[in-house]
Amino acid sequence: MKNIQEIQNTVIVEPFVCEAPNDMKVAESWTDNIKYLVVGIMFGIVFVKAEIISWFRIQEMFRLQSFHMYGVIGSAVVVGMISVFLIKKFNIKTIAGETVDFHPKKFQKGQVYGGLIFGLGWAITGACPGPLFAQIGSGYVVVIATLLSAVAGTWVYGLLKDKLPN
Amino acid sequence: MKQIFEFIIQPWPWYVAGPLIGLTVPTLLLIGNKSFGISSSLRHVCAACFPADIPFFKYDWKKEIWNLIFVLGVFFGGVIATNFLENPNTFVLSEATINDLKALGIKDFSGLMPADLFSVEKLFSIKGLIFFVFGGFLVGFGTRYAGGCTSGHAIMGLSNLQVPSLIATCCFMVGGFTMTHLIMPIIFKLF
Repeated sequence: MKNIQEIQNTVIVEPFVCEAPNDMKVAESWTDNIKYLVVGIMFGIVFVKAEIISWFRIQEMFRLQSFHMYGVIGSAVVVGMISVFLIKKFNIKTIAGETVDFHPKKFQKGQVYGGLIFGLGWAITGACPGPLFAQIGSGYVVVIATLLSAVAGTWVYGLLKDKLPN
Repeated sequence: MKQIFEFIIQPWPWYVAGPLIGLTVPTLLLIGNKSFGISSSLRHVCAACFPADIPFFKYDWKKEIWNLIFVLGVFFGGVIATNFLENPNTFVLSEATINDLKALGIKDFSGLMPADLFSVEKLFSIKGLIFFVFGGFLVGFGTRYAGGCTSGHAIMGLSNLQVPSLIATCCFMVGGFTMTHLIMPIIFKLF
């Protein structure tokens, strides 16, 4: 255990901040990871069946010509808020018996600049990162180019990170 | 059973889809203490495949492998929904949107994506480069700069009542409105 700690300390140069961190204290095996595959599959099915992956639906949203996407995001946030409230209020534990970790976010200028840049990309590609994977699964092969470009965009951000205002 | 299947293959209304997406938040928290977010998968791909000695990509990505497995699931969800639960009816889009997009030159409204744009041949045109390569780049660069995407900020962040996430979400929308109403008409006029 001590060895693992040492290895991690040498590998990680800066504190690792991730918006979707793994806070589980115990290491998980490959079979444990099947859970996330199943949740991902359900999530992907919802994306396709509610037509959230559609470029047209995103256009409808940004043209204020349909309530659909606002209803989806709005009701998802309400259900998420109630769930988080209940988990905190009753201190509901994970199935492994751990206390759930929450991460307060700090305001940074990147949320404005990066948010605007992402918004431009969202409207033009008709996809945020989640739907990208579901679009490819739905057979839109050309979206692989979008995904690879998004990986490239992430990489360039990593490269320039310290030079950007934040 | 047949009736249930017939209901499932219809397009799902927002009040079914939204709550199901919202439930992903407590599901991931309770099955493994995971905060919901998708764009981090793009970072893990960079960290795993081409870290190039950049400090931002030097971390133990294997500890975050669940996120890559999750997006692999999203991919398979797309495969399943499209091949086995396909909507038998034609895609319904609001008249106003059809008219607006016709004015921009889009002709095919039969599928979830405009066939005029979303084809592999189009990728090698200037329009394709803008829509897929440049657009994708903005998505990847912007989400990482903002510290999250629609899932990490708009859904997980707002669920946890985070003001920075609210700011980020508002900026996502402003960016989207700007592209749709101010920039996209120019892009379509160019080609």
